[in-house]
Amino acid sequence: MTQHTIVQPAPVSKAAQSKRWLSLDNRFVPPVFITLILLVGHFSFGILESYQRTLLAIATSILAELILGRIFFHQWPHLASAYITGISVGILVRSPAFWPYALCSLLAITSKYVLRVNGRHIWNPSNFGICAMLFLASDSVATLSIQWGNNLWAMLVIWLLGSAIIWRLRRFHICVVYVVSFFALSFLRSWITGDPWLSEVSPITGPEYQLFIFFMITDPKTTVKSKLGQCVVAFSVAAVEMFFRLDQSIYAPLYALFFVGPTALLIEMWRDSRRSAANSPTTLSADASRS
Amino acid sequence: MKKALLARILVSLFFVGLLMTPAILRWRFSSRTASSNSRLDRQAALARHGFYLEDVTHDAGIDFVHQAPTLDPKLAQIMPEVASMGASASIVDFDRDGWPDIYVTNSAEGSRNRLYRNMHDGTFKDVAGELGIADVNRPDTGVSMGAVWGDYDNDGYEDLFLIKWGRPELFHNDHGKGFTRVSVRAGLPSWINANTAVWFDYDGDGLLDLFVGGYYPEDVDLWHLKSTRMMPDSFEYAKNGGRKYLFHNLGGGKFEEVSAKLGIDSRRWALASSAADLGGTGHPDLFVANDYGVSELYRNDGKRFHEVGEQAGVGFAPKSGMSVSFGDVFNQGKYAVYVSNISEDGTLIQGNNLWVPKEGTEGSSTQYENLARDMGVELGGWSFGSQFGDLNNDGTLDLYVTNGYVSLDHKRSYWYDFTKIAGGNSAIIGDAKDWPAMDGRSLSGYQQKHVWLNDGAGKFVDVAQSIGVTDTYDGRAIALADLWNTGALDVVEANQRGPLLVYKNTVSPENQWIEFALEGTKSNRSAIGAQVTLSWNDKTQIQQVSGGGGFSAQNDRRLHFGLGRNAHIQSAMVRWPSGKVQTLVDLVPGKLYKVEEPK
Repeated sequence: MTQHTIVQPAPVSKAAQSKRWLSLDNRFVPPVFITLILLVGHFSFGILESYQRTLLAIATSILAELILGRIFFHQWPHLASAYITGISVGILVRSPAFWPYALCSLLAITSKYVLRVNGRHIWNPSNFGICAMLFLASDSVATLSIQWGNNLWAMLVIWLLGSAIIWRLRRFHICVVYVVSFFALSFLRSWITGDPWLSEVSPITGPEYQLFIFFMITDPKTTVKSKLGQCVVAFSVAAVEMFFRLDQSIYAPLYALFFVGPTALLIEMWRDSRRSAANSPTTLSADASRS
Repeated sequence: MKKALLARILVSLFFVGLLMTPAILRWRFSSRTASSNSRLDRQAALARHGFYLEDVTHDAGIDFVHQAPTLDPKLAQIMPEVASMGASASIVDFDRDGWPDIYVTNSAEGSRNRLYRNMHDGTFKDVAGELGIADVNRPDTGVSMGAVWGDYDNDGYEDLFLIKWGRPELFHNDHGKGFTRVSVRAGLPSWINANTAVWFDYDGDGLLDLFVGGYYPEDVDLWHLKSTRMMPDSFEYAKNGGRKYLFHNLGGGKFEEVSAKLGIDSRRWALASSAADLGGTGHPDLFVANDYGVSELYRNDGKRFHEVGEQAGVGFAPKSGMSVSFGDVFNQGKYAVYVSNISEDGTLIQGNNLWVPKEGTEGSSTQYENLARDMGVELGGWSFGSQFGDLNNDGTLDLYVTNGYVSLDHKRSYWYDFTKIAGGNSAIIGDAKDWPAMDGRSLSGYQQKHVWLNDGAGKFVDVAQSIGVTDTYDGRAIALADLWNTGALDVVEANQRGPLLVYKNTVSPENQWIEFALEGTKSNRSAIGAQVTLSWNDKTQIQQVSGGGGFSAQNDRRLHFGLGRNAHIQSAMVRWPSGKVQTLVDLVPGKLYKVEEPK
């Protein structure tokens, strides 16, 4: 999970300027929100395996970001993204050992700097880190796959606040498409497997999905640009997830995003390169000479 | 430019190294494990580990196979999972002949429990039917889940409390010649769906009291469900289980339920419990391992109980507690607490807990840290029963853990569906009809058991395969006893829907031992709660007589200490539940000492 940003710098009025002073910088909104989830989750249900492990994940993530940002970009990077990655690892990774938390955070942050195409990282960092751990260290690591408890009020707070924030960040449509797709496909899965429909719906009522929906699939750095494209990708994640689920993969949503996310970005880059090639002066002149 | 390229190459190599790290760790761990846990013949096992276990079940005349209950048809699609407990084993010398006998429970409707009388010649004979404690699983009264023995009326003979999903039963032992049902006179409730109970004298009045931990709520009749909404409402935070009971022994065969009055008020799903004076205060504390939630530690201040699990560090992370056993693993005169949980590669890694007292904390404010990973006893599969005992008589306590939940189809697993539902909201997980059908699939089935040898230097090494424990049944209860009075701890393993196994222990003769059979006078006659602190060769180890522990199990009341080679025993200090302290000197290895509390 990386930070959300709004990309439309525009001249602002005095009133808007003073309003901005009162409002939180958008870069800080997701970190504040995920911290809130952590606190609500922990003080309602005691979700953390331990404070130490969560702090280790956050500290490792931030340290790695600082060092790698300095090496590659010769400046101190903004740490909101690393903080979110660290806290996500702290919540989602479940292991009695300490090393998986540090390793997962390191993998997540390092992947941002190593796995790049055209200067852009193509995996959501925490999605990459967690999936890598599940692929490579399944004997030591699981992810949060159980519910936090039955306090619906706490969940409602997370849902409402999350929705408001995602709305503000203009990414609410991604969440809606994914959730609607999940519910629709759960009917299909239930029909295919013969299992009770509620058992197919059950996972989305758990906390893993709150983090997945609000932070992973909406990550601006690793989603496509167009609104329609984002909706198509959200649906594709749900669709691929369905196939993983039919194959009885416990971490179906994470794996679906792991494959769909980069694929969508690569397709977008390929289309962009074709479009820019088509619009380049050489092409234009060739077109002109033809006309 | 060159600098940037070099940095990129170095970071990429670092990244590859990160990706390879789990494989390297796994390789290092597996090579170490493989060398200590490869199969060996008896002589090689004896030479390398100092003992071996031999399955003598058949030769001992034991042919018991546990049968599971068949509950309400509304649970049919998940019956193997719901009806997954009931195999238990408890050791008792019911006829006071000096030879441990074995009581095992059955759980099918109409099935019979067995009491295997020790015939002193290496064999056992089932006498449960003739003594009146076999036919206890009638359809209208529920079925057995376990048994704990304690002499509640101090007549010298161990009485039987039968833990049931159904009507709990107390049987008075009529001088080893028969049993009389006294449940009504005792004032027991008409129905409890329990899986754990423990005898202990919480108030030190010389009469054994009884704790019973409910699993399903007591108003649920599992054979006639009013609603399928009887499952836990959360996988880790469930508080809709059965209530807990504390029966205060009033004397005269009567008991009074005092749990709420004394501070025990919880509806977590209890699966295991045991009592010991963990803080050294002279009052036995109660440790409860709950399924679907945190463990509870009830400190006993002599007047009432205080649940301090979170403050003590043992009740912070919710897991699936299934066994409680106490053992002085460092020979420092303090108990560590082992709690078994679930670990399934890539799915759910809870890890078992070995709660060790923190340095610098003591008494009623003792805090614990989990050293299971550091000491190598963390990953035990879907772990159930566990017991500490010095299996090779080397002077340190080893750990035996059995495991395996539902072994059906080898190739098809129910884990995916299990996690699917376990992540859901209470409205979904709490209703059995929402659970997908198991369809003959296994759930953590066919698991290898763990016999962890304590190396005395802070590590345990799994030697199960090399010393002869190769079964893969769905293990539930483990009970340890020197069944043939040879100075070695033998192992009784009760398996769900599987055979009762008896492993005879042969120990290297160089390693010495000593045993104590305690009998209270002012204290309860069973001496449950009495502690022996043995000092030898400048080592110290503490053990106590237990009224039940592990999972659905009870070890022999006689205490067994391994001593290693060339043992010189300095003293044995007995601290009786009454508070009396007795010091024994001039003890020699290789003997069973019968000790009566001074009057």
